[in-house]
Amino acid sequence: MADVKALDKELLLEMLRRMLLIRRFEEQVVRLVERSEIVGAAHSYIGEEAVAVGACLALRDDDYMTGNHRSHGHPIAKGGQVKKAMAELFGKSTGLCKGKGGSMHLADFSVGILGESGILGSSIPTAVGAALGSKLQGNDRVAVAFFGDGASNEGVFHESLNLAAVWKLPVIFLCENNQYAVTSSFKAMVATENISDRAAGYDIPGVLVDGQDAIAMYEVVSQAVARARAGHGPSLIEGRTYRYLDHSLGLGRIVRAPYRTEDEVELWKQRDPINIHSERLLSQGIATQAEIDQMEAQVTKEIEEALEFARESPYPDPSALFEDMFANPIPLE
Amino acid sequence: MTQTQVETRQITMIQALNEAMREEMRRDTRVFIMGEDIQRGVYGASAGLAAEFGQERVRDCPLSENAFFGAAVGAAAVGMRPIVESAFCFAWVAMDSLVSQAAKMRYMFGGQVNLPIVYRLSLYYGGGMAAHHSDRAHPIFMNIPGFKVVFASNACDAKGLLKTAIREDDPIIFCEDRTVLGSRSAVPEEEYLIPFGVADIKREGTDVTVVAIGGMVPRALQAAEKLAEEGISIEVVDPRTLVPLDKQTILRSVAKTGRLVTVDMAHKTCSAASEIAAMVAMEGFWSLQAPIQRLGTANVHIPFSPALEPLVYPTAESIATAVKTTME
Repeated sequence: MADVKALDKELLLEMLRRMLLIRRFEEQVVRLVERSEIVGAAHSYIGEEAVAVGACLALRDDDYMTGNHRSHGHPIAKGGQVKKAMAELFGKSTGLCKGKGGSMHLADFSVGILGESGILGSSIPTAVGAALGSKLQGNDRVAVAFFGDGASNEGVFHESLNLAAVWKLPVIFLCENNQYAVTSSFKAMVATENISDRAAGYDIPGVLVDGQDAIAMYEVVSQAVARARAGHGPSLIEGRTYRYLDHSLGLGRIVRAPYRTEDEVELWKQRDPINIHSERLLSQGIATQAEIDQMEAQVTKEIEEALEFARESPYPDPSALFEDMFANPIPLE
Repeated sequence: MTQTQVETRQITMIQALNEAMREEMRRDTRVFIMGEDIQRGVYGASAGLAAEFGQERVRDCPLSENAFFGAAVGAAAVGMRPIVESAFCFAWVAMDSLVSQAAKMRYMFGGQVNLPIVYRLSLYYGGGMAAHHSDRAHPIFMNIPGFKVVFASNACDAKGLLKTAIREDDPIIFCEDRTVLGSRSAVPEEEYLIPFGVADIKREGTDVTVVAIGGMVPRALQAAEKLAEEGISIEVVDPRTLVPLDKQTILRSVAKTGRLVTVDMAHKTCSAASEIAAMVAMEGFWSLQAPIQRLGTANVHIPFSPALEPLVYPTAESIATAVKTTME
């Protein structure tokens, strides 16, 4: 267990704040989907907040990140614009991607978020390439690729680790193992006991960490970041975590046979990342209950403002359909 | 390309491609190349580049196309200008990086990023390379929005088009037809660029328009010589870029001749030849005096046997036959 007092108070509070932001954002998304106020698929990050937050706080603003479909948490964790993320879920022109991307394809290049991918594994080589770019440009920026247990079976995962290893690229492969790929348990789908064990195949460090512990995530990622910045190459980190809700909101209506037990879900809820962190802050005198309550109130307000912004924003004009395909436009039909 | 006062010299398409990359890499330090076995220039066009620019900028990759085609996307996203050297037959493995990332990222992220990537993909055909090494998949990339598709037929066009491609800020599929890679043409000494969306009339004519790409252009020109002996005058139009396509030059030619033959080395179904034929059928219908003839490779895989392989592709003879068919 990390020594809380060794870390900066502001950092510890910011960890809580970002996790709360993600949690309230995601709870709002559940309501929006239930009311059909937003369309398309939504993949909830509830329960996994410590992974993205702990990891992203170990990065600088000019470091890079790519992610996957379970993508609302990552932009928020990296300090992306919450209002514009909400507006993007509504498909409004004020969204991060002008309404063109939606829930699964959020990107906020202003804070180094090079995009989420709806296709699992697709964004892993993008992070490798960003790291290659850093190396060629002679700066010390690093890139983090977020992906899940399912994606770690894709061929491109293996290609990417090998390529990053032979080229000693400053990339961190961060597997968020929430233990299920839709309905498939990783125990049935991954040949090794832990996904972090796969690092051995590429002669890079592989670390398994408690994904419910934001501080532990922060420390492990910080070490990998330092290694990368020093030119020692990539690392594989596995954050063992859990998603409380199904793969995508509403999936329960389609998937009839249970793939996990209620008991298991309850067990993991006992290890809620926000509770773990706030209890630690309280018990070690880093924050008072009043401070935490005030933070909660501010977060609630921020999400409400984001929702209002999204609702009141305009939809894109039909003329926007043919925009943004090319930097140097050509006639399109 | 017509040149009267410009100093030119005869070089091969491989030399022209090499010059284009060398010049652009000198001009802009952000340009770099990834490919397999390119440092030792095994396949030609990258010869000598590692010696001049070093191994950081001319990178040999492991057999991991999905990863390095995708890494090109990431590198481009953070300000580099990658060239990826490969072949259509090896690109299948990389289709996810090409389609899910390179083609889609700019649009689905609302224009937040430019991806200046040139994927130089070779086509091999007619050389006994058989089913796995004879892919000609450019039509697939015409059908997926987000790529500009470039197809040079000669050394002069190749150099100007590749330089433009490297300076473009969009993902480009730059097709390299190995049947014309060794062909020579007059290439200007001084620097020039060829814009996209501008077709070139390789031979003027009056009776039939023949639109041909890449290695089909020399075959069309051979057909033209033969047909001229029989008093038939064909106009050979080389689109040079399939996306964007210079529709106006093609339509103007058909308005003049009233007859059209389209020729592509891709399999017939959904080929570039099909798309051009459909376009003219819609937009140039009233110019047509006869049905369009669309030539392509037979819809079978490429057989190995030298007794079978030559039967599948369009040839100067089959082009001439198609021309005569439009004149019946």
